[in-house]
Amino acid sequence: MTVKPIQTDVAIMGGGIVGSSAALALRRMGMQVVLLERDLCGSRSSGVNYGGVRRQGRPLSQLPLAQRAHRIWAELPRLIGTDGEYQRSGHFKIARSDADLAALEQYRTQSQDFDLGLEILSGSRLHTHCPWLGGKAVGGSLCAEDGQANPRLVSPAFALAAQRAGAQIFERSPVDEVTHDGQLFTLRSGAALQVQAPMLINCAGAWAGDLAAQFGEAVPLCARHPAMAVTEPLPFFMVWSLGVEGGGIYCRQVARGNLVLGGGSGVALDADRARSGRDAIAALSVQAVELLPALRHAHFIRTWSGTEGYLPDRQPVLGLSQTTPGLIHGFGFSGAGFQIGPAVGEVLAELARDGRSSTPIEAFSIERFLPAHAGPA
Amino acid sequence: MKKSLLQPVVVGAGPAGVRAAQTLVAYGVRPVVVDEAPRAGGQIYRRPPSNFKRPAQTLYGFEAARALAVHSTFDTLTNQIDYRPDSLVWNAQSGLLDVLHGPTQTTQRLPYQQLIVATGATDRVLPIPGWTLPGVYTLGGAQVALKFQGCAIGRQVVFMGTGPLLYLVAYQYAKAGVNVAAVLDTARLSDQLSAMPALLTQPAVLFKGMYYVAWLRAQGVVLHSGVRPLHVLGQTRVQAVVWHDGEKELTLACDAIGFGYALRSETQLADLLGCQFAFDPLQRSHLPERDGAGRASVAGVYLAGDGAGIMGADAAEWAGELAALALLTDNGVAVDSARARVLEQKLRQLRRFRTGLERAFPFPQNWAAQAPDDLVVCRCENITAGELRRTAQTSGADELNRLKALTRVGMGRCQGRICGVAAAEILAQATGQSVEQVGRLRGQAPIKPIPIHLVHASAPGVNA
Repeated sequence: MTVKPIQTDVAIMGGGIVGSSAALALRRMGMQVVLLERDLCGSRSSGVNYGGVRRQGRPLSQLPLAQRAHRIWAELPRLIGTDGEYQRSGHFKIARSDADLAALEQYRTQSQDFDLGLEILSGSRLHTHCPWLGGKAVGGSLCAEDGQANPRLVSPAFALAAQRAGAQIFERSPVDEVTHDGQLFTLRSGAALQVQAPMLINCAGAWAGDLAAQFGEAVPLCARHPAMAVTEPLPFFMVWSLGVEGGGIYCRQVARGNLVLGGGSGVALDADRARSGRDAIAALSVQAVELLPALRHAHFIRTWSGTEGYLPDRQPVLGLSQTTPGLIHGFGFSGAGFQIGPAVGEVLAELARDGRSSTPIEAFSIERFLPAHAGPA
Repeated sequence: MKKSLLQPVVVGAGPAGVRAAQTLVAYGVRPVVVDEAPRAGGQIYRRPPSNFKRPAQTLYGFEAARALAVHSTFDTLTNQIDYRPDSLVWNAQSGLLDVLHGPTQTTQRLPYQQLIVATGATDRVLPIPGWTLPGVYTLGGAQVALKFQGCAIGRQVVFMGTGPLLYLVAYQYAKAGVNVAAVLDTARLSDQLSAMPALLTQPAVLFKGMYYVAWLRAQGVVLHSGVRPLHVLGQTRVQAVVWHDGEKELTLACDAIGFGYALRSETQLADLLGCQFAFDPLQRSHLPERDGAGRASVAGVYLAGDGAGIMGADAAEWAGELAALALLTDNGVAVDSARARVLEQKLRQLRRFRTGLERAFPFPQNWAAQAPDDLVVCRCENITAGELRRTAQTSGADELNRLKALTRVGMGRCQGRICGVAAAEILAQATGQSVEQVGRLRGQAPIKPIPIHLVHASAPGVNA
């Protein structure tokens, strides 16, 4: 059977928050776009992550992107037609030792140019502000303008908004084959769907590595699985989204009253599915009770996980391919892509239209993983 | 056992679990039997606390002999098995179960190499407006109250829905001296008549069912068939029920309602174990796949009883025994293969009868189309049928897990165990798909809510 390929300006592989945001941004620029998603848009890591919308604690190299995203989040209802339960409820990063507190103070100094408005709390002020904190906390850093959102709602809403804006979105359409004739990429999904475009955006998350490798840009991308759990609804007591310096656990209370907790790694069931492992959940519960003694008698009602693409330096690959004109990468957000996702989408759209980004992204070049004089494979 | 170093584990001590354990013991194997209830018997043969004095004949009626046989079998086994009552399996990973012991509030890890899953079933719930009022129970809940707590759900009780359990529970209540105000069956008499040939394949079971109906009639209990339940009236609790009989609306005062539409299998554990599921049109649900002897798609896992598909208590006993024989065979034990063939044949024969039961008490196909927009489908999260329909239409959600993500249906304490069936029906109706196409809610641990401090206590290095 011969299929007439769909011709478009830009093809996108992957319907997570990055791909969907890119599709929406491209439509807003007036470009034609076709997005292929192997499952449902926002059903993988973008839709099942913790929902932290935080700039605090990011590497300085990501802060320009994070600031750009911060402005987009403020406009969310206008942009995608829902607030996605987004709240600037504050993000509080907890220090459990004086050394951790010093590290938070150092971060505040280093990030001063970005105007995050970080405020250090310790001693009696700490306990006045957060009487619910367990004894292990010695202080912390508050970013009042950071917050949280519901990824289950936000990520699919970006895809729907892109579709309403005229993007062609094909769900349950895994890409079986990509070819490039020097001018056009041809993507084939099953027997019935072919897409041709001069530009291809690779934002297939944990599954983006194969495409990069096909074009001579193999990267050490690996899949990891966040362990997540949620409690039954509890009386509301905490507005901040919590993190811990040095990592380990994060936690927020949603308007409904449930506490969403994450930390540690789940286990993969197969290439596509993962679950919070019982050891991770047990470890999470230990830390949760230490941090928030009120949780001691609460119930976990559900646990879950997803599949995220990690790179060894925990920075994404974002930018033009070094080997193939028209190929653009945006993947490997290493568990921290949700907040910056909407800005990454705009950057990818700019790269497709202009060949360059108005936000600095040099630190995320795929070049850093390539041998010095690499050419096409 | 040649290959295995570990004891096999049986989850559930209803008719399937008890016969499985008995069979393992008969072949010299000492299984671990984990049961959520404080005493063996399952739901259908649920045992009252030991200080209760109602005789078995009163509690179980025609089933008294079978109930007593299952109970006494289990009692003779207790020294030959590792019995863990009051124990909920709340999580499973390959080779490892997590078990919560209720009375001591401790959780333990239980390793396994072979596992017989006999998790039973709960009521299939199709709500109507007012179903969340105090005084509305499921049929199974009404039965538990009577058998285990020795009390009735009300003084003047209406039983409503469809399925064999409808008449059985009404009979048990009337026998216990409760005023059964009416039995409202959504099935029509013509359904029952057309099912007769298939039902006659199990004449003894058919006779029991007919006896309950005749007995209820003789006691003056009003039986209506072909009804369409409309709503439950009441301010702070049930005061009346309203239904349509095909020509007009009728209202009947009552102070309690037991309702249900046959049963749904408790499949979460099979799901966590990674078993393959397939849609069963007869039971209108996705069920874990098994071969004729009960082998699941995952090596070392066996499925028996209503937890793998509703076949009833007698079939559960046979399936439990058969699954144990399969487990033993797979581990190199020479078993009575003639017995295994007999059991497989009995189970096959029963399928025709089950087809008849589904015809006699059909699923109310038009329930979803008639469910009003303001009907609460998910009571944990207060999600209405209208919200589900609107979301399906505006978001394009055509799959149950996506609908859950967008609306919170099935996200509360029950995790879809109660509302999942109704949500799937509403989604199928709203999107013009079959219930098979909308899929099933993915199982996620914990199977039932578990206190954080108990997970905490079982953390590695804290207290294994």
